[in-house]
Amino acid sequence: MAELSYREAVARGIAQEMDRDERVFLIGEDVAGAGGVFKTTVGLLDRFGPRRVVDTPISEQAILGAAMGAAMTGLRPIAEIMFSDFFAVAWDIVVNEIAKARYMTNGQVEVPLVIRSANGGGARFGAQHSQSVENWAMAVPGLKVVAPSTPADVVGLLAASVRDPDPVLFFEHKSLYASKAEVPDGEILDELGTAKIVRPGADLTIVALALMVPRALEAAEILAGEGIDAEVIDVRSLIPLDTATILGSVEKTSRLFTVEENPRVLGWGAEIVSIAVDEAFWHLDAPIVRITTPHVPLPSSGGLEDETIPSVERIVAEVKKGLV
Amino acid sequence: MTDPTSLLPPPEPVQLLDADGSLSGSVGDLGLTPGDLVGMYRDMVRTRTLDTMAMALQRQGQLGVWASCRGQEAAQVGIAWAMGLRDWAFPSYREHGITTVRGVPFGDLLLQYKGVWMGHYDPSEYQVAPHSIPIATHLLHAVGYAHAARLSGDDLVTLAFIGDGGTSEGDFHEALNFAAVWNAPVVFVVQNNQFAISVPTEHQLAAPSIAHKGIGYGVKGYRVDGNDVLASFRVGADAIERARSGGGPALIEAHTYRMKPHTTADDDTRYRPPEEVAEWEAKDPIARLEQLLLDEGILFEPDLERIARDADDESKAIRTEVVAEGPVPMSQVFEHVYVDPPVDLLRQAAAFTAGDER
Ligand SMILES: Cc1ncc(C[n+]2csc(CCOP(=O)(O)OP(=O)(O)O)c2C)c(N)n1
Repeated sequence: MAELSYREAVARGIAQEMDRDERVFLIGEDVAGAGGVFKTTVGLLDRFGPRRVVDTPISEQAILGAAMGAAMTGLRPIAEIMFSDFFAVAWDIVVNEIAKARYMTNGQVEVPLVIRSANGGGARFGAQHSQSVENWAMAVPGLKVVAPSTPADVVGLLAASVRDPDPVLFFEHKSLYASKAEVPDGEILDELGTAKIVRPGADLTIVALALMVPRALEAAEILAGEGIDAEVIDVRSLIPLDTATILGSVEKTSRLFTVEENPRVLGWGAEIVSIAVDEAFWHLDAPIVRITTPHVPLPSSGGLEDETIPSVERIVAEVKKGLV
Repeated sequence: MTDPTSLLPPPEPVQLLDADGSLSGSVGDLGLTPGDLVGMYRDMVRTRTLDTMAMALQRQGQLGVWASCRGQEAAQVGIAWAMGLRDWAFPSYREHGITTVRGVPFGDLLLQYKGVWMGHYDPSEYQVAPHSIPIATHLLHAVGYAHAARLSGDDLVTLAFIGDGGTSEGDFHEALNFAAVWNAPVVFVVQNNQFAISVPTEHQLAAPSIAHKGIGYGVKGYRVDGNDVLASFRVGADAIERARSGGGPALIEAHTYRMKPHTTADDDTRYRPPEEVAEWEAKDPIARLEQLLLDEGILFEPDLERIARDADDESKAIRTEVVAEGPVPMSQVFEHVYVDPPVDLLRQAAAFTAGDER
């Protein structure tokens, strides 16, 4: 076991897969010489050389288009989009090409690739560099969507994403890069589509993703001090979605809360609410509550950004209100 | 059809004032008065002083981030001086020289980086569009603005500013093509500061020069020493006049150097040796004009000191204002999302400010 930061875990996960399989390579803006603008790919150029760790000109469309072409030859690209906001610049390649290649060729063309990107707010980067766009990705049939919250999950889920035969959008959270935790030694391989109960509890279920997971856990500790026993689930992967774990928890607690950083309208929690209403309606004892960022672009002002994205205090307050 | 070779840029960047401050030709031939030269000098000094203050302000935790324009003052100030009052600038995030010449209050820029909401200047007051951080997107806005203005009988020219890295985005190529097909009065200005974050220009493009990218679209290419404010003015003025008179769009490549890290969040020692930065220090854009002004007896040491002092005073006053600017109320977050906010958003806002989100 070694303590690793979330950003170091990204490099470790990539290195693990590049060591294992020489078809795996990394491509993106500033990923090689600079080791990534978020220092997530430090050391990889020295270790694997410029053939497999590739700095590109600034063109998201070209990075993803070329990654798709490379994947068609049988390689396993890991492409980086520096800020997830800039998926928008290359969305045609993602949505119309990568996501549909397999379907439209009757399964004959496979594009097994991973697109990593720094997602989410909290860094005061303003409306065009802070968005949580996991719900955009979730809305596109053909894509898998993963968003880890801990260093160990980063390594294990990244490995699972690289080995997955389908294209995976892998959202790293900017505000988690500095967080640290123990990561087991040796190879780590996790499984997509598995949620984790990160805190068992009897009274209510909180479902969270990425940065919202540590916040939900902190809120649960505060609630515990007031005699409220919350179960916290880290969804980890939106597509595939582990509905069994979520519904199992709802059956036990009868109360469901989602904590989402994406803007409220059609955020990923809306899908979970819909599934819960369909399949666990008779187990529910209270209305389901979605705790989300409102339907606004994110402000760059520190104070406003903190209030706009769900905070520990807001989670605690909403849960208490939802319980009465 | 125009002779295609007329669209080719010159083999070498145009230079009038060399690194030592000696001028090829005489001051009288520049089409600039001594007062103009002093004005350009003052704007470069102001730009550097304000930029330096902003870097310090960021280090003190007042600004989220800052992208310094140090080293690029001549390209920006020279070309901004060539613009007509009604011409529009479409800047990226590093054009503090442009905004300074156009009169955009520097404090307003700082407030944006401080995240104080009402910090945004009124673009139409200064003919400066909101600066664009998603790379190269604003080149297309500049094309649309120029073409629309031309169709409504206006003879303004738009200038769109990006870096060398930005020329790799599809938007750059699409903007050049549209501008040429519409014969829109747009001047694209690429400040080739040798780096796009960590990536040097030679890994960014394989064209003989950035200015050579124009000819394929029917856009005339220009190259200029971007550390020479006089050449930047001259080349800028030529391209702007050509565009205004219906000659078509232009692409100017200004050769310069980014003296500071990409932004305050970057560590440039990871990818470039300090000796390279030192080499460019010797080509400083302000020092060479200063030398010319002294040699020509247009300014004397006490004048230089006064200009520096004035810039310092300006900068200190702005700093005080920005530091004093307080936090903004939560209700601001819901303003300006829509002109006519949907009912559901109003409900969210009401719940939010009442501490009840449902
Ligand atoms: C569409 C898009 N992709 C990536 C980025 C991240 N980014 C910000 S600045 C930059 C480098 C720009 O380099 P260049 O165009 O040479 O301009 P300079 O910063 O040197 O002035 C990059 C890649 C962005 N802002 N927008």
